[in-house]
Amino acid sequence: MSEPLLKVRDLTQHFHVSRTFTVKAVNGVSFDIYPGETYGLVGESGSGKTTIGRSIIRLYDPTSGSVLFQGKEIGGKLDRATEKMLREDMQMIFQDPMSSLNPRKKVGDIIGEGLDIHHRFSSTKERDDAVAEMLNKVGLSQAHAERYPHQFSGGQRQRVGIARALVMNPKLIIADECISALDVSIQAQVVNLMKDIQDATGCAYLFIAHDLSMVKYISDRIGVLHLGHMVETGTTEEIFANPVHPYTKSLLSAVPLPNPEVEKRRKSIPYDRAAEGIDYSVGTEHVVEGTHTVLATDEEFARWTA
Amino acid sequence: MEMNEKAILQFKDLDISFRTNAGVVHAIRGVNIELRRGETVAIVGESGSGKSVTVKAAVGLLDGNATVNSGQILYRYKNDDGSEKVVDLLSMSKRELRRTVNGSHIAMVFQDPMTSLDPTMTIGKQIMEGILLHTDADRAAAHARALELLELVGITDAEKRMKNYPHQLSGGMRQRVVIAIALASDPDILICDEPTTALDVTIQARILELIRDVQSRLGLSVIYITHDLGVVAKVADYVNVMYAGKIIEVGTVNEIFYDPRHPYTWGLLAAMPDLETDDDRLVSIPGSPPNLLHEPVGDAFAPRNALALKIDEKADPPMFKVSDTHYAATWLLHPDAPKVEMPHELQERIERSRKEAERYQ
Repeated sequence: MSEPLLKVRDLTQHFHVSRTFTVKAVNGVSFDIYPGETYGLVGESGSGKTTIGRSIIRLYDPTSGSVLFQGKEIGGKLDRATEKMLREDMQMIFQDPMSSLNPRKKVGDIIGEGLDIHHRFSSTKERDDAVAEMLNKVGLSQAHAERYPHQFSGGQRQRVGIARALVMNPKLIIADECISALDVSIQAQVVNLMKDIQDATGCAYLFIAHDLSMVKYISDRIGVLHLGHMVETGTTEEIFANPVHPYTKSLLSAVPLPNPEVEKRRKSIPYDRAAEGIDYSVGTEHVVEGTHTVLATDEEFARWTA
Repeated sequence: MEMNEKAILQFKDLDISFRTNAGVVHAIRGVNIELRRGETVAIVGESGSGKSVTVKAAVGLLDGNATVNSGQILYRYKNDDGSEKVVDLLSMSKRELRRTVNGSHIAMVFQDPMTSLDPTMTIGKQIMEGILLHTDADRAAAHARALELLELVGITDAEKRMKNYPHQLSGGMRQRVVIAIALASDPDILICDEPTTALDVTIQARILELIRDVQSRLGLSVIYITHDLGVVAKVADYVNVMYAGKIIEVGTVNEIFYDPRHPYTWGLLAAMPDLETDDDRLVSIPGSPPNLLHEPVGDAFAPRNALALKIDEKADPPMFKVSDTHYAATWLLHPDAPKVEMPHELQERIERSRKEAERYQ
């Protein structure tokens, strides 16, 4: 395999709420993302999936651990060249398009802002052409550049968010719950668009979501998070065909399937970490097969794979 | 008042519009839904399709700018003396509704448990509030009943939890409390408006199983409002698919999932990947739902429908009968219409689902 595009090692992110209380949002998470692939992060609310995305793109300052992007450490203070590389090659699509687009800017300027900052054009016409091309690519028309975010529907706004991320031709896009706020029929449009763009530009996605069927559909590899620990990771097939960790099993059993005869008979498998006596902090990474690993103690691993 | 013999709640030709600054929004355009005793009816649709407004009309929670243009919501209930009575909920004032129907006969569970619970009251007090108001139980009896309800909805350590405030509970626990409150005065009908949208999948599954369990124990009739077809498959007996203020397809859950007829239902089913989907592209419905500020002429779904016929632009299709329980509003079912098959991705999916269903039998 080629060099990973993004290498996350033992990423820990704690938030000091008060002198006596610290939220341990992410505890020693490691994973790699390779060029052109889609890595899905799933987990319930509070599992730290959004925090990981935000720590990677430097919206938070990680407590410890390292994040390497294209072979360069991107934690702490950066020199100018690294910062410029990072700002150009890594972009983010946010969950709520209404609150992530500046309401006082025209859509054309929102999309073109990155181009302006990095002087990616030699004439105004070239810039406007780039913006127009981007708008077309995401299924909007050139005329939309003159409008403001509030004049769009939810799905269209999310397309603007995608266009803004894509205009810099990034190598990695962090998509944080970017389809959760959209209606089912619009979700499919946006997912198709993201796939098309990946085929055309070869960018990689870190796809953060709680909707397992969508994550399964779009991802090449998946990481399952629970309480800030990566409990299981592997290719999509490995995870779905052979879930090892009881939390993953519980998560998979809870996804409602659009199949009434099956769904009426199925019961979800409950998961109670305390009752099963699983302590994530003492577990170590065990290889199931290939790239499929699970967080467990030796004894637990033997029991789960038996 | 004409009401179907077996129905307990019946929406008849409901038509509602809203006055807004931009003009009149015709949100509900002739909705017919029937709910029978002990059954579960789901209303599915995208945001803005009018599914919440429909049920809010039944409990008198419509906003002040709403006008009911026509229609009836008939409700059949047993009086205290055991005689049956049919009332039109729309003809009652909000005050009357609150005194006689809301809570005691029809209860509602809302989407976000944090906003439907009072943050300044202990949950015990909130559950007892309804019991004290609707029945002549004294405080001790109400307390005992509240404990019983908390145990019914699967909250352990009920005695201790009674003294907790909502913020001390997790999201799933809070929704359980909301359900306990809804069940407090033995309603006949439980309306669940997106009860699990704000919750995680693992907790969602537990809550849905809980509602199903409570329903079979107490013989409740349930109306589910949701946009998640997986949830519908899990809980519903009958499904109403709603689009732009109209029911466009209705049938038993098996008919809707294994033999859908309306192109919009096809689109909805195909747009949601199941765990088996490995097609390169998802089938998506192009465009977005219509803005009901401008009343659509003809079939409201036509502009997004690749299979739309000429007549769709002129006339709104009536409900065509597929079976005794299955109706769909699409001109494609007209005897003169060309034969059209559903998208092959969906056909394959349904094949797969059927095979899997056989394994479960």
